[in-house]
Amino acid sequence: MNRFGLILSKTYMQKVKSKSFLITTILFALAIVVGTNFQSIAGLFDSKDGSEETWEVVVQDDSGTVAAALEQQIVFVNDQIAITRSEESISELESQVEQGEYDALLSVTIQDSGKIMADYFSDSLTSDRYSSDLQVAMQTIQSNFAASELNLSADELATLNMPVSFNHRSFTDGAKSAEELDEARGLVYILIFVIYMSVLIYSMMIATEVATEKSSRVMEILVSSVPPIQQIFAKILGVGLLGLTQLALWAAVGFVSIQLSSDSFEGGIYTLFDFSGNSLGTIVYGIIFFLLGYFLYAALAALLGSLVSRTEDLQQMLMPVNLLIVAGAMLSFFGLANPEASMITITSYIPFFSPLVMFTRVGMLNLPLWEPMLAIGLTLLTIFVIGWFGAKVYRGGVLMYGNSSSFKDLKKALILSKKER
Amino acid sequence: MTLHIDHVTKKFGTHTAVNQLSLTIPEQSMFGFLGANGAGKTTTFRMMLGLIDASAGTITWNGKSIGYHNSSQVGYLPEERGLYPKMKVKEQIVYLARLRGMDRKKAETELVYWLNRFNVPEYENKRVEELSKGNQQKIQFIAAILHKPELIILDEPFSGLDPVNVELLKEAVRDIQRQGATIIFSSHRMEHVEELCESLCIIHKGSPVLHGKLTEIKRSFGKKNLLIDSDMDLRYLSSFQGVVKIKERIEGITLQIENEEISQSILSDIQGKGFIRRFSLEEPSLNDIFIEKAGASFE
Repeated sequence: MNRFGLILSKTYMQKVKSKSFLITTILFALAIVVGTNFQSIAGLFDSKDGSEETWEVVVQDDSGTVAAALEQQIVFVNDQIAITRSEESISELESQVEQGEYDALLSVTIQDSGKIMADYFSDSLTSDRYSSDLQVAMQTIQSNFAASELNLSADELATLNMPVSFNHRSFTDGAKSAEELDEARGLVYILIFVIYMSVLIYSMMIATEVATEKSSRVMEILVSSVPPIQQIFAKILGVGLLGLTQLALWAAVGFVSIQLSSDSFEGGIYTLFDFSGNSLGTIVYGIIFFLLGYFLYAALAALLGSLVSRTEDLQQMLMPVNLLIVAGAMLSFFGLANPEASMITITSYIPFFSPLVMFTRVGMLNLPLWEPMLAIGLTLLTIFVIGWFGAKVYRGGVLMYGNSSSFKDLKKALILSKKER
Repeated sequence: MTLHIDHVTKKFGTHTAVNQLSLTIPEQSMFGFLGANGAGKTTTFRMMLGLIDASAGTITWNGKSIGYHNSSQVGYLPEERGLYPKMKVKEQIVYLARLRGMDRKKAETELVYWLNRFNVPEYENKRVEELSKGNQQKIQFIAAILHKPELIILDEPFSGLDPVNVELLKEAVRDIQRQGATIIFSSHRMEHVEELCESLCIIHKGSPVLHGKLTEIKRSFGKKNLLIDSDMDLRYLSSFQGVVKIKERIEGITLQIENEEISQSILSDIQGKGFIRRFSLEEPSLNDIFIEKAGASFE
């Protein structure tokens, strides 16, 4: 194996086998499993309240017609509610509810105008969903009564209740509809967060790796064995592969967990995961911009890591870089709400922000292909410039020891690594 | 396979770290490189290794420059010791040897040999941070020589070791040289250099002040040491003509004299004045030469 491969595999294997990697991977995977099974897990805690049991409602109805209709109607709304008719007095029934014979009491009267009046008594106010279900059922009964009063047919009733069809369209050709935007926003939000976190974490890992080698002084042996530029890129690639491994594991856990989960994934945020044409494109862009962001910031972190003598100084040195990443994330979150703002358009071409901001635009808008391509090109160019410059600084930086934690050391490092001929 | 250093100068901005250094280190020799702290030893070593470029002059090994293309033929023990603290000895030595082009299997066999030779076979699967400083140094030494380099640069190889381990390491260095390697080492301990090196160089503030074979250097230094053990008060000899320095000892005095003839005039001067237990003329120690040439004192 050549030296590049050796460093790459050592970086990767050592990290993959480390306890911290194992722990974070497992913890986050657990979080994903919990997240995808949230409904079932929440249900576990609910079952003791009797969500599986029936909710006994005793109905006191002088006319008798409403109670009979309710018995039929409630099945369509919530089949856990059981209706019992009773002729006893209100006070008698109230005491029965208090004693726990029934869960709730519904007292129904019909006014002369045909309006149904209902009073609902229950032990607790937490059983709200039963009362609202009852209300829905009663509303239908009310409508049916009114319809039969007016001699309306079922069809005529349906016409009356017909919902409006309200479609939002944009003049811009190819612009996403509001519905599509909402769908896109969820996925883009999640991916921005993933890119932001992983760029922050993995570039920090690179810087720590370099600083540790330097502070333990093993660097002098390494740098006399292997050219610095090979070391930098082998490390960056090694940690990059580690990142991809971790993300792939989590994605796999998420996918399997969704498949196996008994939760229903229809509607809500789960519309994001249907992997239809649009979201697949977003995911591919997400991977591309993750890699770009990672390589850009990892090269920068390696450069800065080579300047510090002690790992303690690293945080201070990396502060400006971390601020750049945070600024990029802020812009993206702003861009989620206003993807067409000119500030977002401009910053999406600045290489340090592109990975996050251009990704936001690509995810939210239907951009012509050249726009993301231009940003990708500019970022790639920046990565090569930083990599080249980084290797120069690295060569001198790793030989420098002292209270170095300032950018003045950049110059010193460059002098030290100067090619004299 | 000679190492040629030809009029090498290194400037950092306005500061000249190494000035017009020229050395020829023959194949299979043991070469001592001496200098006070900050004299430019480490800078010279780094230039030899190609880690930093010389501002002027050339350094060649076997006619070629030293760099990453021949790093498998070069071994280096940096002055600042350093290994991965969290990695196990075996893992990391094998890794470092492979980076220098050695085969994994061979590295493992060699490592076992060296751990046994240094009486620490049980460290193979220990993490470096668990070892004492002296033992870490043995491991570091193994890392420098495991891949059987032809040119070995040892920066302060014996510092921080107890006398038993110094002997172990000296023996190892001698063996490696006998097997054909060229070894350059720096040290502050003059007796180690005297014991091991055939030739040496003293640099002072970046400039070479003395360079050659140890025996010739001593001869050409001229001055000799004269040891006199006696109960008499001999301090008056400090003003005796030809006496450069006087050092008092419990048993008597040590004089540094311009040349050996002076010892005879001193002998006739003190004769009959009292009881003399010892009167001996000795070669100057490297320490004396170093102090005179480099103007700094060492333990």
